[in-house]
Order: sequence, then structure tokens, then C-alpha cells
Amino acid sequence: MNESVLAWHQARLQEGKFFIQRCSACAHHVYFPRAFCPHCGGDALEWTTPAGTGTVYAATTVRRKPTEGGDLNVSLIDLDEGVRLMSRIDGIAADDVHIGLRVRAKVVDGLVLFAPADGGSA
Amino acid sequence: MNTRTLRGSCAIAGVATFGCGETPGFTDLELLAHAAHAAVVDAGLQMTDIDGLCTASVSSPMWAMPVIEYLGLNPRYIDGTMLGGSSFIAHLLPAIQALEAGRCRHVLVCYGSAQRSGTFGRSASAGARRLLDPQPYEHPYEPMLPPSAYALAASRHMYEFGTTRAQMADVAVAARAWARLNPEAFVRDPLTRDDVLRSRMVSDPLSVRDCCLVTDGAGAFVLTRADRARDLPNRPVYVLGNSTAVWNRQISSMHDLTVTAAQQSGADTFAMAGFTPRDIDVVQLYDAFTINTILFLEDLGFCAKGEGGAFVSDGRIAPGGALPVNTNGGGLSCVHPGMYGIFALIEAVRQLRGEAGERQVPGALTALAHGNGGTLSSQSTAILATADAL
Repeated sequence: MNESVLAWHQARLQEGKFFIQRCSACAHHVYFPRAFCPHCGGDALEWTTPAGTGTVYAATTVRRKPTEGGDLNVSLIDLDEGVRLMSRIDGIAADDVHIGLRVRAKVVDGLVLFAPADGGSA
Repeated sequence: MNTRTLRGSCAIAGVATFGCGETPGFTDLELLAHAAHAAVVDAGLQMTDIDGLCTASVSSPMWAMPVIEYLGLNPRYIDGTMLGGSSFIAHLLPAIQALEAGRCRHVLVCYGSAQRSGTFGRSASAGARRLLDPQPYEHPYEPMLPPSAYALAASRHMYEFGTTRAQMADVAVAARAWARLNPEAFVRDPLTRDDVLRSRMVSDPLSVRDCCLVTDGAGAFVLTRADRARDLPNRPVYVLGNSTAVWNRQISSMHDLTVTAAQQSGADTFAMAGFTPRDIDVVQLYDAFTINTILFLEDLGFCAKGEGGAFVSDGRIAPGGALPVNTNGGGLSCVHPGMYGIFALIEAVRQLRGEAGERQVPGALTALAHGNGGTLSSQSTAILATADAL
């Protein structure tokens, strides 16, 4: 993979596609994307499409003035593949996001965002 | 070389702070220079005796050079390692190794920041850092960094262990009670648990009173070999242990938000010192946010994981409590000019020298100072002691 993984990943996000990496040597999934596996040090990382489902691991409401966009959820989400990422949960009031909430990924304007998964909260 | 052989080999001979709080008109470098000169005078030395320098800056990656130029030094040992607020505690062990190897005789460790009053203020510097030190997997989601990172850790600690906002508030209340005994502390008004709980939310569950101050200030200390320190005017404060650990940069890369790398830096430091937490008389922790004090008390072994919230309640870490923590008022109430670590170390030295005035912990012979940097990213621990505890 002799190219910028960051640039490749961001280009796919701009196309609405969400990829994570999986190390074919040690079988760990990896996110954020990088050139070498942080678990085994190998260079056998392959792109894979995650199921897109995950669980809120930690959550905060950033308190902003309405003129600055108002209150904003920021969460850490554990994907079912075992990687964690920062994002926000849309389609639900910031204060209603809670740890353990099941969520599903969507790509909006080059960002990976989440919404509560079908069937609601855990 | 086993670090155990370095236990007590070097000592802090001089300390100083300058311009803590609000000092309009000063530059970072001017504040630093005043603290540096005062620390060298306190050590009974002259600036020309200094042949080792450790320093770091939030805004200038080449910071050692202007500091050397301004102070007129010609150091044989230079360390500009930047690990955020833990830097100046992380500078100890490499400096001890340099002193023991004979590379230099006296190391000056120094920091200064006009963060509160400077024209290039906090928001400008945060904006510049986004360009110079991009975090493309966090910044687009608009966390308010650093508070939101610590808020995420607090949310997880509350979820896993039942830690409450009231317990976190007790950390701020204890820090303020100590600050009220310290003439140098920037904020000294009374503060109650209800005041903290009712204050404006910044990033849930952290309110503005759960967050550190934004002040100006500078701090410096002089490290020298123990045999030389004994000939200097102050009672030497020996460095018995020091270790640094970094496990991640971004909060989203932290493996477990309730466990910091202080577990590693703390265990290694206690092993080097040959001490356990029971042997420590005063504790200075990098309290950028109230959750920090709880996390570090757990990770350094002063209480079990998950019990930090209960541990800090009921005045246990406040004046008169069983364990004196952040006796200067900490980053929450005393001083926090961008990076706080050097001030934790200086307060530990002042306590061990018996120079802490109204807030003096009687008979303090041992102290732990702990620095944190980034968003729970870097951790550095030091154990200091007087000759009686060697």
C-alpha cells in the first residue's frame, strides 16, 4: 500500500463509503487508518467494510451558545469489530445520548456519524 | 544501568515561581527568565554555573534555543522533550543520568507562559495547534479540547464505578480550601460543593468549576548531584524515583478511559524509590480537571480502581484530611499557565523544605509529584524526599 492511507480513506468518505482496516497477519481491526499495524507492526493491513453497528462507550454534551451551533453531542463509539472512534450521535437530543446506546454509522459530508440503531437503546 | 542505582543520587537545590496569576505585559520568555534567575539564586548558584537546560513550550517547538539565548547559557546538556504538562517532571530522569555521567554539573528546568494576558491568547494558540498538530479523526467532530476529552473519561468513570458529580466537586472544594491558605493562589474565594454543581456546564459532566484556571506564570528548579547539593544553602530535596509513560495521543485511542498510563509511571517510580503509597506524606497531582485527581489517586495506588470518588469525599484530601493533596491549591485554584507539571513539583519541594507557611503539612518528609500531558496522553511521576527519608 504505497500511498497515503489518510488520503485514500478520506477520498472514500467523500464518496460516502466507510472503510476500516484489518490486519491479515494478526487479525486485529485497526482505526484510525495507518500504514502499519499497531498491534503486530506488520504491513499487511487490508481495507474492509465494517458492519457499521456499534455501542456508545463514552459521551459528553459540549455546551455551546446557540450562536455557535448550540449543544453538541461528542461520543466515543466502539464498533462491533473492536475499534473505537470519535463521532457524534445524530437524530437524538444531545442529552439523551447515553453509554451503552446501540448506534449505526452513516457517512455525511465526508464524516462518519451515527444514529441510534433500529430497535432503540440498549 | 538499573534506575534503582540512581535513587537519591541527585537533589533539587533551588526552586522559584514568578508572575503566577495575572501579569499583563510580560512575554513567556520574560516570565521564564525571572523564575529561572530566582531558582538559581535560591540554589546559591550563579547563572554561569548552569550547564544543563530542560525546557518546553506549548507554542514554540524550538523553545530551548531562545531560552538559552536569552539566559546567556552554554549548556552541555539540553532536553527540550515536549510531553505537554508532564514535560518538566519527565525531564528529571534524563537529567539525573546526564549529571551522573558527568555531562554537566547543574541542570536548570524552567517554564513560563503568559497564557492569560498574552496577546496570542488561548483561542489563537488552540487554532494554530489545529493546523500544526492536526487530529483528523477528532477535530472534525468538534470536541472542545481539552475539556471534552476529560469529560468523556469522567462519563465512563461515572458509568463503570458510580462516581458522582458531587464527588468530583469535592476535589475542587478541597483544592480551593488549600488555595485559601496560599497567598500565591490566584483564586481564594470560598467554594462549596453546591457552587461547583450549580456552575455553568462546559462539557458534561464537567462544569467550569471542574476545569483548571487559565493563568500566567513561570516556574523553575535546579537539579544537581546529591554530593554537590549538600554544600549548597538549602536543605536538599532528593529525587528517589521518576518515570514517564505515554500510551496514546488522542482520547479516542485510549484503551480504557478509566485507566491512565500513570499506572505504569507510578509503579516504576515507586519501584525505583523502594516506597509504597503509604510512605508518601504529601501528594501533588496534575488536576487540570477534577476527574484527574480521582484517576491519578487510583492509578498511583492510593486507593483501588473505582474507589477514587469515595476516597476524595468528606474532606479526605483537604486541609486536615488524612492525605494532603494539591496543597498549593493545584491547577484548579492556584495556577495553570498552559502546563502545570513544574508547579506540582515546586510545591512538593516547598513542603519538604518546610516553607509552605499556613498550608505546611507538619513533618512532611516524602512527597509525590505527578504530571499529566495532552488529553490523558502522557504521565510522569516523581517521588521526592528529605535526607531523613533517604
